[in-house]
Amino acid sequence: MATSDYRELTVNGLWKNNPAIVQLLGLCPLLAVTGSVVNALGLGLATCFVLVASNTTVSLIRNVTADAVRLPTFVMIIAASVTCIELLMQAYSYGLYEVLGIFLPLITTNCVILGRADGFARKNPVLPALYDGLLMGLGFTAVLLVLGALRELAGTGALFANMDLLFGAAAVDWKIVVFADYQPFLLAILPPGAFIFTGLLIALKNLIDDNLQRRAAARAAPVTTGSKRVRVTGNVA
Amino acid sequence: MSLLVVTSPHAHGPLSTSQVMRTVLLATIPGLIALTWYFGPGTLVNVIFGGLVALPCEALALRLRKQPIAPFLKDYSVLVTSTLLCIALPPYAPWWLILVGVAFSVLIAKHLYGGLGYNPFNPAMVGYVVLLISFPLQMSSWSAPVPLIEGTPGVMDALRACFVPASYDGVTMATPLDVLRQNTGQTLEDLYAATPQLGHFGGVGWEVVNLAFLAGGAWLLYRRIFTWHAPAAMLVSLALCAALFYDEGSSSSGGSPLFHLLSGATMFGAFFIITDPVSSAVSNRGRLIFGALIGVLIYTIRVRGNYPDAVAFAVLIANFSAPFIDHYTQPRVYGHGKDQRDE
Repeated sequence: MATSDYRELTVNGLWKNNPAIVQLLGLCPLLAVTGSVVNALGLGLATCFVLVASNTTVSLIRNVTADAVRLPTFVMIIAASVTCIELLMQAYSYGLYEVLGIFLPLITTNCVILGRADGFARKNPVLPALYDGLLMGLGFTAVLLVLGALRELAGTGALFANMDLLFGAAAVDWKIVVFADYQPFLLAILPPGAFIFTGLLIALKNLIDDNLQRRAAARAAPVTTGSKRVRVTGNVA
Repeated sequence: MSLLVVTSPHAHGPLSTSQVMRTVLLATIPGLIALTWYFGPGTLVNVIFGGLVALPCEALALRLRKQPIAPFLKDYSVLVTSTLLCIALPPYAPWWLILVGVAFSVLIAKHLYGGLGYNPFNPAMVGYVVLLISFPLQMSSWSAPVPLIEGTPGVMDALRACFVPASYDGVTMATPLDVLRQNTGQTLEDLYAATPQLGHFGGVGWEVVNLAFLAGGAWLLYRRIFTWHAPAAMLVSLALCAALFYDEGSSSSGGSPLFHLLSGATMFGAFFIITDPVSSAVSNRGRLIFGALIGVLIYTIRVRGNYPDAVAFAVLIANFSAPFIDHYTQPRVYGHGKDQRDE
C-alpha cells in the first residue's frame, strides 16, 4: 500500500471522517461517559484497543469467512476483544472499571467498531486494517477527550480530577483547579450538557471546514480573462 | 403520518412586533411593583441587570448570524425574554446566575434555533430550567416576605447581594409551595396555623403578586395581545385538578384550588409565559388543549414531583407537544368539507 493511502487513512480517522463528530457513531458512550477527562480517556483507550484488535483479526480471516455469517463472526471477535480489555482494566485500573460500569461491555455494540470491521477491515490487508483501526480509535478518543475536558471544566471548574484511577498513585495530584471558588455548573455534567457540547463541537468543526474550503477556493480561483490585476512576478498557478 | 405545522400568523394584526413586546413589558409592571413591595428591590435589580446582559448577547448572536442588528434590538423581544426570566429568578440572585441564565436563553434557546419566531421552546423558561437543575441551592432560596421579617432590604442591599458575593445576608424562608411539598403529617388547617408565610390562601405576598400579574394579564387580554384560550384553560384545569384532590385538607391533600391559583408562578405563567405566540399551539382549539395540558402538568409536578414549582417544566413539556396539538386541531378552511390531511 502506498504512503498516500496511509496519509488518507490518517486524515479520515482524525478529521474528515471522524467516527464521533462526522459519522456520529458510538454516541451512547460519547454522551454517557464524557463527564470528566479520566472517564473519557479510559473509555477512549479501551475503544481504541478493541478497534485495533477487531480490525486486525477481521482482516486476517477475511478470506475464510462466508459472507452470510460475517456479521455474527465480527460481533464474536469484537466481544472477545471487549472481554479482554474489560478483564485487563479490572486487573490494572479497578477504580476506573467501576466508574465506567456498563459502558465497558457496551463497547461491543459500538457501531464504529462493527462499521470499520465490515466497511474496511473485511476488504483490506492486515496492515492498513490495523492502521485504520488505530486512527479511527484515536479520532474517537480525541473527541471524547475534548468533550470530557470541556464538560469537566464547565461543570466543576477543574481539569484532570481523579487521574489516579487510570495512571496509578503518581497521578493523584494532577488535578488542576482552573477557576477557584467555582459554582459547579451541573448541566454540563448531566446528559443535556453532553448533547449541547457535542452539538457545539460539530458546529465548530463545520466552521473550520468551511473556512478551509473557502480559503482553498480563493487560492484556486481561476483568473478570468480581461480582469485587471496588479503586477505579479512568476506565474499564476 | 407527517406532522405538518401551519405557521402563524393566519390573520394580520394591527400591532407590530415591537408594539406587542412593549405592551407585554408594560404589563409586567403591576407584578413587579407587588414583588418589590413584598420581597424588596431584589427582583428589580434582577430585571435591570438581566436587560443589560441580554442586549449585548442579542447583538453578539445577530452579528455572528450576519443579521441586521439595530432592527432586531429595537423590537424589544430580547428584553421581554430577559425580563420574564429575571422575574422568575429568586430576588437577590448573584450576578453570575442572571448572566448564565440570560445568556443561555438568548444564545442557545433563541438564536441557535433560528432566532425570533423559530424557537420551539420558550427561551425564558429554558434559561430558568437550566439554572434550576444546575444551581439548585441558589435557585431555591427565596427571600422571606417583608411583612414577616424585621428591616426592609434596601436598594444598596440588593445591589450588594447581586454583585458582591456573600456580602449580604438576606433572610430566606421556605416558599408556600415548599412548605406544602415538605408537609408530611399535618392537616392543612394545622399547617396554615403553624407557618406564618402561608397567609390566607397562597402565601403572604404571593397572593398579591399573583393578583397583580392577573391584572397585568387582563390588560394584555383587553389590548388583544393574545386570546383568552390558553390562560383560561390552564387556570381551569389547574383549579379542577386541585379541587379533585383537595379532600377537605387532610395531610396528604395537595392544597386547595385557591392556593394553587394564587401561589408560586401560576398567574405569571398563565398570562406571560404560556401565551408566547411562537412556542405555543396556534389555533384556538389547540390553545385550549395546550393550556389545559399545562394546568394538569403543573398540578402533577407540584404535588407529586421533586420540585416545588412546576410552571417552567410544564411549559417546556407542552412546547414539545405543540406541533402535535397543531396537527390535530387544524381549523377547517371555510367552504371545504372534513379535512383530508391524512389521505
